[in-house]
Amino acid sequence: MRIYGETIASRLLLGTAQYPSPAVLQDVIRASGTGLVTVSLRRETADGAGEGFWRTLRETGARILPNTAGCHTVKEAVTTAHMAREVFATDWLKLEVIGHADTLQPDVFALVEAARILTSEGFKVFPYTTDDLVVGERLLDAGCELLMPWGAPIGSGQGLRNPDALRAMRAHFPGVPLVVDAGIGRPSDAAQAMELGMDAVLLNTAVAQAGDPAGMARAMALAVEAGRAGFDADPMDRRDLAVPSTPVLGLAELA
Amino acid sequence: MKILVNAEPREVSGLTLSEALAELGFDSPAVATALNGDFVPRDSRAATALQHGDRLEVLAPMQGG
Repeated sequence: MRIYGETIASRLLLGTAQYPSPAVLQDVIRASGTGLVTVSLRRETADGAGEGFWRTLRETGARILPNTAGCHTVKEAVTTAHMAREVFATDWLKLEVIGHADTLQPDVFALVEAARILTSEGFKVFPYTTDDLVVGERLLDAGCELLMPWGAPIGSGQGLRNPDALRAMRAHFPGVPLVVDAGIGRPSDAAQAMELGMDAVLLNTAVAQAGDPAGMARAMALAVEAGRAGFDADPMDRRDLAVPSTPVLGLAELA
Repeated sequence: MKILVNAEPREVSGLTLSEALAELGFDSPAVATALNGDFVPRDSRAATALQHGDRLEVLAPMQGG
């Protein structure tokens, strides 16, 4: 998969939060074969927790995608982006501007405005958005080269609440990388997203909160691979009625 | 002077942002700073004067989704 002119090794992108321990996070990153992991910026503590986490992550060699999680305004998101670029030494950015505290639904109006500012400053913006086609068009107009529609609210594990909308996005934006970000709960959800023609999935809680996170990471990687292979192989059309698979021609009359 | 560091009141004697960071023990290269809501790049810290009541945010890499 190519994004912003660069090749991402895997179509499974992972969040780094909520793991039982740093060691488990490292196991998960290895087991998943992920091409990109998301990180955040938070207040540094007296014991240097941030630096420790950063060291743990660098040991994995994973490529980093900083986020603007928790930002509710354009100003907060843009300032966080500037700080992230300095700390992580990358202009890649997962842009989140949250509009609603309960659903963590993106504020798509602020999102488009922040995207326009940040792309003009050279950021490669990965926008966390809804599955709205018009918003998608505005984000592309603003300089984004991919879209990251939600499958369901962040952390809900509900799977794809509106597969038809994702299918419509695929049809409407044929050459644009689409990443389902948020809502994946099980491997079958990830496979479904890939079968719809999504280019990748980004997930966190589904792996981090599984009983065996590394096992779930492997399962997700397999599901993503299977779903993509299925999409590439051009699935059959659904039919309303049964059609015999065994030939009817040559059937004996035994009544 | 008294400033707010990550929302906690702290007393610092340094007059610039870089002096205050050293004094507060933020010696990791993996931190970014914002003063009163505005990003202060690393290169500008030495030239950024602090004032009583300033709000300083010192952010570091953390887990994220």
